[in-house]
Amino acid sequence: MSVPEKTPLFHALAEATKSALRKAEIELPRDVMQALLRAARTETNPTARAELENILANVSEAATRNVPICQDTGVPVIYLTLPEGMAYTCRMSDAMREGVAAATVAIPLRPNVVDPLTRANTGTNCGRGMPAVHVRSGDVFEVTVLPKGAGSENVSRIGMLLPSEKDAIGRFVTETMLLAGGKPCPPVVLGVGIGSTFDGVAALAKEALLQPIDDMTEYEQDLCDAVNSLGIGPMGLGGDTTALAVKVRRGDCHTASLPVAVNVQCWACRRATEKVLVP
Amino acid sequence: MTDLSTPLGDDVLSLRAGDLVTLSGRVYTARDEAHLRMQEEGIPFDPEGAAVYHCGPIVHNGRVIAAGPTTSARMNTLTGFLLDSGVRALIGKGGMDETVRRAIAGRAVYLAFTGGCAALAASRMTLAGVWFEDLGMAEAVWGLDLDRLPLVVGMDAHGGDLFDEVKRQAHRRFEILRGKRGW
Repeated sequence: MSVPEKTPLFHALAEATKSALRKAEIELPRDVMQALLRAARTETNPTARAELENILANVSEAATRNVPICQDTGVPVIYLTLPEGMAYTCRMSDAMREGVAAATVAIPLRPNVVDPLTRANTGTNCGRGMPAVHVRSGDVFEVTVLPKGAGSENVSRIGMLLPSEKDAIGRFVTETMLLAGGKPCPPVVLGVGIGSTFDGVAALAKEALLQPIDDMTEYEQDLCDAVNSLGIGPMGLGGDTTALAVKVRRGDCHTASLPVAVNVQCWACRRATEKVLVP
Repeated sequence: MTDLSTPLGDDVLSLRAGDLVTLSGRVYTARDEAHLRMQEEGIPFDPEGAAVYHCGPIVHNGRVIAAGPTTSARMNTLTGFLLDSGVRALIGKGGMDETVRRAIAGRAVYLAFTGGCAALAASRMTLAGVWFEDLGMAEAVWGLDLDRLPLVVGMDAHGGDLFDEVKRQAHRRFEILRGKRGW
């Protein structure tokens, strides 16, 4: 069997994936930095202020030393945007895998991807279903990465509420953080999915984490206030800042169901986008 | 702010949960596997007044690249022998359970370091030695010389436990919210 040729598109997509990962792992998005700086200014608890100062010092050290912000460099979650007329192919998947494997060596990233049962590490951050790729349509050919750490992913929850329980969405979201406590390295960003299907709502919750956090709707702000009133604070040591933001994405659902999902994200809310420039 | 340095002594007894401190001097990393190995083969460093850091660093060419804390609770049942041997401080994230709270009473403290702050930690330490390297980079015992690492006393030698206090308060506040919002 002949090995398929690596086209200019293949190289461009692999390179864009690697480059987006480098950016995401080393530099926090501007909106997340702004939210952390704002929290450090307004936080009234001295322990919490010290934690936030450590976080800000860490972000600046990472940039100076050109090293990842956190040693849990996550698993690669990728959103590939294809413009009208462009079809998704297996070769695109191969190209993104090549980009992830190259980034793992070059940055370097901690190899985090293992077989779920034998726990054998693949060594490349690639594997069955890894990177986790979501294909969407848009105006430009671009790749967005969201490296996802385990501490926060492990305390994420999904709930199939009753259609009559829409007022209980706030309870479910707040309870998720109550159960999580300091484990997900707060201050967190909560991605909340509402509606769709059992699997769809989890995807919505993760997509919500792609949205900038410098702007919240009244509904999101109300959820955020409820979470912050718990006083869990940075690292679970107490304080006003438990969540930097709550972002919601909705999808329509069956008349008999109300799926809700909360994807918890640690303070290192890493995401970056690169255009794929095919020569 | 209290500046501590290893080897630690009775100075840790005056600390209270919530105090901000810095720690300088030699500390030793240990995660799950290192604890098990030390239980079997003995502690490879002088444990008297020592500090044990729950951390699996990334070390490259003799330099510490990243050295953030790991979740300490995984070591809840593995820690007693270290305290019995004279270890005076445990460093990590997320706090530890009631067994450890009782075990440190009158002799040691738990110091919390900010989760995810691997680059900051690396900037405040130099590599001083390694044991059990066959366990792999993350699980080996690394000797690290700290220069004023900023920490918070999470659990003190008098039963004070900031993590537990915050958790209890969060549960009370959740009940108040439920009442107020009709959840």
